[in-house]
Amino acid sequence: METVLFYLFGGIALLAAISVVAQKRVFYSAMSLVVCLCAISAEYLLLNAPFIAAVQVIVYAGAIMVLFLFVIMLLDPFSAAVIRDKKKYLSYLAILLGAFALILLYPVLNSFESAPTPRGMELAGSGSIGQIGQALFSEYLLPFEVTSVLILIAIIGVVVLASRRQS
Amino acid sequence: MDLTHYLILSMLLFLTGAAGFIIKKNVISMFLCLELMLNAVNLAFVAFSKHLNQVNGQIIVFLVMVVAAVEAAVGLAIMIVLYRNRGTLSVDDADTMKW
Repeated sequence: METVLFYLFGGIALLAAISVVAQKRVFYSAMSLVVCLCAISAEYLLLNAPFIAAVQVIVYAGAIMVLFLFVIMLLDPFSAAVIRDKKKYLSYLAILLGAFALILLYPVLNSFESAPTPRGMELAGSGSIGQIGQALFSEYLLPFEVTSVLILIAIIGVVVLASRRQS
Repeated sequence: MDLTHYLILSMLLFLTGAAGFIIKKNVISMFLCLELMLNAVNLAFVAFSKHLNQVNGQIIVFLVMVVAAVEAAVGLAIMIVLYRNRGTLSVDDADTMKW
C-alpha cells in the first residue's frame, strides 16, 4: 500500500514539476507548482511527518503561492506577450547533464541504506508534533528567534522596495 | 519504502527545477523553479529524518520554509520594481546593473 502511494504521489509530483518547466504561461506554471507541492506534502505524510505536511499545504501552497499569483496578476496578465525561451539546445543539454548526474550519484544515494540508524530521539508515529515543538524551543531556540528577526527585515525591505515612487 | 527511493525522487525534482532555472527567461518562472528546488531539498531532509529516527531534519525543513517565504516576498518586490523600471520581466533585458 505504502509503495503504491509513494509511486502515485511521486509520479504526480514529477509530472507537475515537468509541467512547471514546460508551460509557456507563468500562470499555468504556478498552478502546476501548487499540484507538485500538494503531492510532496502527501509524501511527507508517508514519511511520518504530519506537521511538516500541514505546514507545506498551509504556508507553501496557501501563502507563498497566493503571493506569486498576486504578482503574476499584477505584472503578467494573460494578454501580455509570452517571453520566448531562447537557446532551445540548452534544455536538451540540461536533460543530458541531469541523466549523467543521476548515474554518477546513484552509488552515493544507495550507500545510505547500509548505514545503521543511530538511536537518538525516537520518532513516535504521529505524535512527533510535540517532539518538534520541544526541540524547536530548546535546542533550536536561537535559529527560531533569528528567523523572526529575518521576517521583520523582510517586511521592512519589501515595504521600502515596493512603495518607492518613480522619480 | 526505503531511503533511496525518496532520495532519487528528491534528486529528480531538484534536477527538474535546476534545468528550468537554466532554461527559463521569465523572472517569475525562474522563481517558481527555485521553489521547486527548495522543496526537493526539503523532501530529502524529511526522508533522512525518518531514516535516522531523529526530529532534527523536520526542524530544518521548518526553517527552510520560513526562509523560502521571506525570499519569495523580497524577490517578488524586486520583480515589481524591475517591471516598473524596465517594463518587462525577461532576464535578458535586465543586463545592466544601473540605468
